[in-house]
Amino acid sequence: MSDSHSTYFIPEPSRWPIVGTVALFIAFLGAAIMLNGSAFGTLILGFGFAAIVYMFAGWFADVIGESIAGKYNKQVDVSFRWGMAWFIFSEVMFFAAFFGALYYARVFSVPWLAGEGAKLITHELLWPEFIYEWPLMVIPDLEAFAASLYNEVIPAWGIPAINTAILLSSGLTVTFAHWALKKNNRSGLCWWLAATVLLGFIFVFMQASEYIHAYDELNMKLTSGIYGSTFFMLTGFHGFHVTMGAIMLLVILIRSIMGHFSALDHFAFEGVAWYWHFVDVVWLGLFIFVYWL
Amino acid sequence: MFVKKLKDGVVGAVTMFSLLWAGTVSAEWGLNMTPGVTPISREVYDLHMLILYIVTAIGIIVFGVMFWSIIYHRKSKGAVAKQFHHNTFAEIAWTIIPILILVAMAIPATKTLIKMEQTGDAEITVKITGYQWKWKYDYLEDGLSFYSVLAQDSNEARQVGSSIDPAGVDHYLLDVDEPIVLPVGKKVRLLTTAADVIHAWWVPALGWKRDAIPGFINDNWAVIEEPGTYRGQCAELCGKDHGFMPIVLKAVPEAEYVAWVEEKKAEAAARAASGDKEYSMEELMVNGEDLYNKNCASCHMANGQGVPGVFPSLLESQLTITSEGLAEHIDRIINGKGLMPAFGEQLSDADIAAVVTYERNAWGIDTGDIVQPADIKAAR
Amino acid sequence: MSEAVVHEDHHEHHDHKPTGIGRWLFSTNHKDIGTMYLVFALIMFFIGGAMAMVIRLELFQPGLQYVDPLFFNSMTTMHALVMIFGAVMPAGVGLANWLIPMMIGAPDMALPRLNNMSFWILPFAFALLLGTLFMPGGAPNGGWTMYPPLTIQLGDAFPFLIFAVHFLGISSIMGAINVIATVFNMRAPGMTFMRLPLFVWTWIITAFLLIASMPVLAGAVTMMLTDKFFGTSFFSAAGGGDPVMFQHIFWFFGHPEVYILILPAFGIVSQILPTFSRKPLFGYESMVYATASIAFLSFFVWAHHMFTVGMPLAGELFFMYATMSIAVPTGVKIFNWVATMWRGSLTFETPMLFSLAFVILFSIGGFSGLMLAITPVDFQYHDTYFVVAHFHYVLVTGSVFALYAGVYYWLPKWTGHMYDETLGKWHFWISTISVNVLFFPQHFLGLAGMPRRIPDYAVQFADFNMVSSLGGFVFGVSQLLFVYIVIQCVRGGEKATNQVWEGAHGLEWTLPSPPPFHSFTTPPKVTDATAHS
Ligand code: HEA
Ligand code: HEA
Ligand code: HEC
Ligand code: CUA
Ligand SMILES: [Cu+2]
Repeated sequence: MSDSHSTYFIPEPSRWPIVGTVALFIAFLGAAIMLNGSAFGTLILGFGFAAIVYMFAGWFADVIGESIAGKYNKQVDVSFRWGMAWFIFSEVMFFAAFFGALYYARVFSVPWLAGEGAKLITHELLWPEFIYEWPLMVIPDLEAFAASLYNEVIPAWGIPAINTAILLSSGLTVTFAHWALKKNNRSGLCWWLAATVLLGFIFVFMQASEYIHAYDELNMKLTSGIYGSTFFMLTGFHGFHVTMGAIMLLVILIRSIMGHFSALDHFAFEGVAWYWHFVDVVWLGLFIFVYWL
Repeated sequence: MFVKKLKDGVVGAVTMFSLLWAGTVSAEWGLNMTPGVTPISREVYDLHMLILYIVTAIGIIVFGVMFWSIIYHRKSKGAVAKQFHHNTFAEIAWTIIPILILVAMAIPATKTLIKMEQTGDAEITVKITGYQWKWKYDYLEDGLSFYSVLAQDSNEARQVGSSIDPAGVDHYLLDVDEPIVLPVGKKVRLLTTAADVIHAWWVPALGWKRDAIPGFINDNWAVIEEPGTYRGQCAELCGKDHGFMPIVLKAVPEAEYVAWVEEKKAEAAARAASGDKEYSMEELMVNGEDLYNKNCASCHMANGQGVPGVFPSLLESQLTITSEGLAEHIDRIINGKGLMPAFGEQLSDADIAAVVTYERNAWGIDTGDIVQPADIKAAR
Repeated sequence: MSEAVVHEDHHEHHDHKPTGIGRWLFSTNHKDIGTMYLVFALIMFFIGGAMAMVIRLELFQPGLQYVDPLFFNSMTTMHALVMIFGAVMPAGVGLANWLIPMMIGAPDMALPRLNNMSFWILPFAFALLLGTLFMPGGAPNGGWTMYPPLTIQLGDAFPFLIFAVHFLGISSIMGAINVIATVFNMRAPGMTFMRLPLFVWTWIITAFLLIASMPVLAGAVTMMLTDKFFGTSFFSAAGGGDPVMFQHIFWFFGHPEVYILILPAFGIVSQILPTFSRKPLFGYESMVYATASIAFLSFFVWAHHMFTVGMPLAGELFFMYATMSIAVPTGVKIFNWVATMWRGSLTFETPMLFSLAFVILFSIGGFSGLMLAITPVDFQYHDTYFVVAHFHYVLVTGSVFALYAGVYYWLPKWTGHMYDETLGKWHFWISTISVNVLFFPQHFLGLAGMPRRIPDYAVQFADFNMVSSLGGFVFGVSQLLFVYIVIQCVRGGEKATNQVWEGAHGLEWTLPSPPPFHSFTTPPKVTDATAHS
């Protein structure tokens, strides 16, 4: 490996991108067919997922192989960093759309339907019974939503608060792991990473039980009007990201155990750590705007 | 050589642009916006012209300078390139001057906009609801309510391959069965909303359009100053027949308006009474065909075949061709399902009875069933 | 091709070129991928154009002659989606791929495998999208803006539309990440940011726009998907949502999107005008700042597409002022271009002609844009052919013309041959005249009251529609000439020199024509003199 600017690394032609493309295509195709009501689609979707996993495994194996073979230089490392950083930014913007929807509902559409602001007439003529409160206990069209009305939502200072603590401490443990790695302390690295993975999965588990509670006991569902929609979509996408992040951490843990990283060269570790911090920060936003305020 | 061609081409384009000006002189060419018939619409028109003049002037100056270079700074004319690439004064000037021009545009625009939002103290309020693909008008003070659909002659002419010449149809695509009628000289408040998808209610002569959004109500106002018939169209893509839901507004003197309201009220009373009558097969079929063409044919098509994959064919439906389907047939029309709108409020018992009878006996279905208004009443 | 590391030594690795279908499927080469992007974009331009021809044919005269209304709506919708996501955006990325490494003195893009995937997603995503044309219920027909609840009514095509949008978004984001990593990290020594050619600058800024806006679109269509299939109520008032919320989210993406389509075009024109004026670009720095300001402002103007939805007054005013303000930095660009030509030594080869037409016709589109920005008047203009005229001036005579200019400009570099200049000029003149016949009368139609997205119209609109359609047919057919010129140029012709154009400056012109497989295997040293013109 060389730090010199005068040597470039350019990968050989690779089959993984096209494999990945076809895999994604199959997955999308399957999902679309499934949503149109054909069970056959589910099969295709499953096949697509398998192909995606195969692609990731193969692609990353290539990258890891190249990295271990010392083909990468400083410049490749920096390119990867920029790539990961901007990928995370794009994820931030994806969440921004959903936070935007939450904001819009709370500040505009729900108050309007309840007669605030310029839309008094909407309330008077169309939804005279609707009152503004958040969380929404009365839904504008009560008849259509009769089956999914609820009188209680998940309070911030129960499981969500614990989950906040869990995620925040997992942010710490992953940082400790990083420090250990920088000191070339492999066992420290592995233990702290293992703790992070564990915290991650505990979080997912708690979140799942919270969902079950909401569905079974509170009757608060995805279909419970805009409150349920924003609640489950935001926390759901976040939970999905936590799951992905935890799996990525698991891979990094295995690689750490195999001794793939050195104090100076461990971009993969850092990339995943960044991702984990991102997931962490999104959760803070969720905790504040979805559960608490 | 080609520089001359370039010149010609651009001269052509500029001429076209100035044609737009000419249009202000003879608006009937259909080149320009019309000033309309309300105080607001005239302000909007003036604003439009003002900005058009400003940008045209800017265009002439900027393109003028550019053509100067194209003509005089050509290599073939022996021009030698200067190498400057910076001039702070010019750069500041061409940042500041546009800002000033924009501010000058924004001031009158803001004033007009504020006026447009003053919807208070109206004397008449009409709630306008967009449906796929018709309009409903509710006169809130008078309790009047009716639907307005594309006129039948336009509707026939507009079918694919109808081979009817649109030029021969009166106000092709801009005519309806029942226009909205408003008095002149009064402040009218117009509320827009929709039942299914977003539509937009637009009569250019009033100077604005407003989206009709399901679940929300927008408001707007107008004081129409001249009696007359003003035509417009739905202006938000709302599906298959978006192009075929025109608006016709009749502005009449106050006295005429009052008379019209009375007449409409009497009509409504007569319609309500029709539910207790018994009809013959012929009557039902004749009314049914008319109602079907107005209300149902846009989806299920005039021949009942529907649009594959979107709107079901009635010729093969278990609901229309079997007698076991009758109850559900009636229910589907009253309550709707999915994309099928609920017609329970739009149509009277007599209307639904006629449509059902028609569907069960037209296009060679011939179940022979006769459905009376009383049956519908019972089913509600 | 066993050793992937390209060494410092000087012999060019022509022989490393992989062969056969694998060369394209597995490519990690920026030029091959760039070529694929450009060819794909051209094919899509023709597919989208063919749909436009269906539209113009049906609108040739009043009455419904050829297609039923639902299919017409599908054509409008698919035409726009294909043109925007299939033709203009990929063409821009294709140019970026070809040119950015050559312009900044790099061997390739920073992340070549990702680059391959960004491209290959496109044909597959369009397979999903175009496949819906054959489905029961038809292809998407709710407009390219996909407003609910109308789009939610769509039949089997609905999930395909949503997933195609997701898929295209993934491609764009990956492409954008690659551009950013390349420019930030692969510049040759001495190639400081303020020495970057303007095309590179416009592309980094475009890449930021892409990364910030595409995920938002993905979010919007995801909400629509769950509204349809999983009972959420984001866009339904019955549950406390609002159909207009979709429009806000969509246009938060949509307005930056239109600058994604035009900024690379600005970049191309900023390369070409100095070359054929034989004079440095006027006001380089203010060009950079103006581009950045346009991009920044583009995130605060979105609601000018929805003035008629009934926003509160304060919102309408804010979005009006913000929109108007974009005219200032755009004006700076126009003025700088004019000043670049001023006292230059101009010649008029095809790329220059297209660039000149761009400056004028884009400005006309910008002027009508400014008229649309005036809220009270937009209440009249909105959803009429005036808007259609506006955006085709900025998109067709803006983006597409600039892309033509760029292709003519760099084609000799890419192929090593000169194209046929006479035919190029014919292509220019026929296109420029016919495109104005096509789109200028649409201003009149809109002002006279013709709504957009209608398959049939009242008879008073007949004359201008016929003129417009005739212009459209001529414009359409004349694009075949372009294909002919390009193919002819690829197959042979007069040998191009390294510099190709007398006034051309910049690193790409120091490479041979055609350039070696890996552009710069040793980084060139860049100084003020060798940087942009
Ligand atoms: C390349 C794409 C592109 C570009 C660059 C633009 C540029 C602009 N657009 Fe356009 N626009 C579209 C693509 C584009 N647009 C599309 C696709 C739609 C329709 C979408 C749909 O509904 O389907 C649309 C619709 C649209 C609307 C909504 C209309 C409606 O639906 O009612 C508005 C309203 O404000 C608008 C405004 C503007 C403005 C102010 C600019 C400005 O950026 C223009 C700035 C340029 C100039 C002003 C000219 C040069 C300047 C000078 C010479 C300086 C001096 C000038 C002055 C001081 C006046 N556009
Ligand atoms: C970059 C984007 C782009 C481009 C390049 C174009 C190019 C063209 N557009 Fe399009 N257009 C849009 C973006 C674009 N458009 C958008 C966003 C909309 C709004 C959609 C909506 O409302 O949702 C729209 C809508 C739109 C409409 C309004 C439809 C409606 O409201 O119902 C019309 C009507 O004339 C039209 C026409 C054309 C024409 C004639 C061209 C021509 O420039 C095309 C020329 C190209 C060719 C013709 C292809 C090449 C030649 C052949 C295929 C050979 C065969 C030729 C013949 C048989 C003649 N477009
Ligand atoms: C906006 C389009 C639209 C209009 C207008 C419309 N329908 Fe329908 N109709 C539908 C759709 C879509 C369905 C399928 C509903 C479903 O099963 O999900 C349907 C179903 C039906 C059915 C049941 C067919 C079956 O096999 O399920 C009947 C009967 C029917 N419509 C009659 C009518 C009548 C009578 C009218 C006019 C008074 C009418 N429709 C107007 C769209 C429409
Ligand atoms: Cu109703 Cu368009
Ligand atoms: Cu915009």
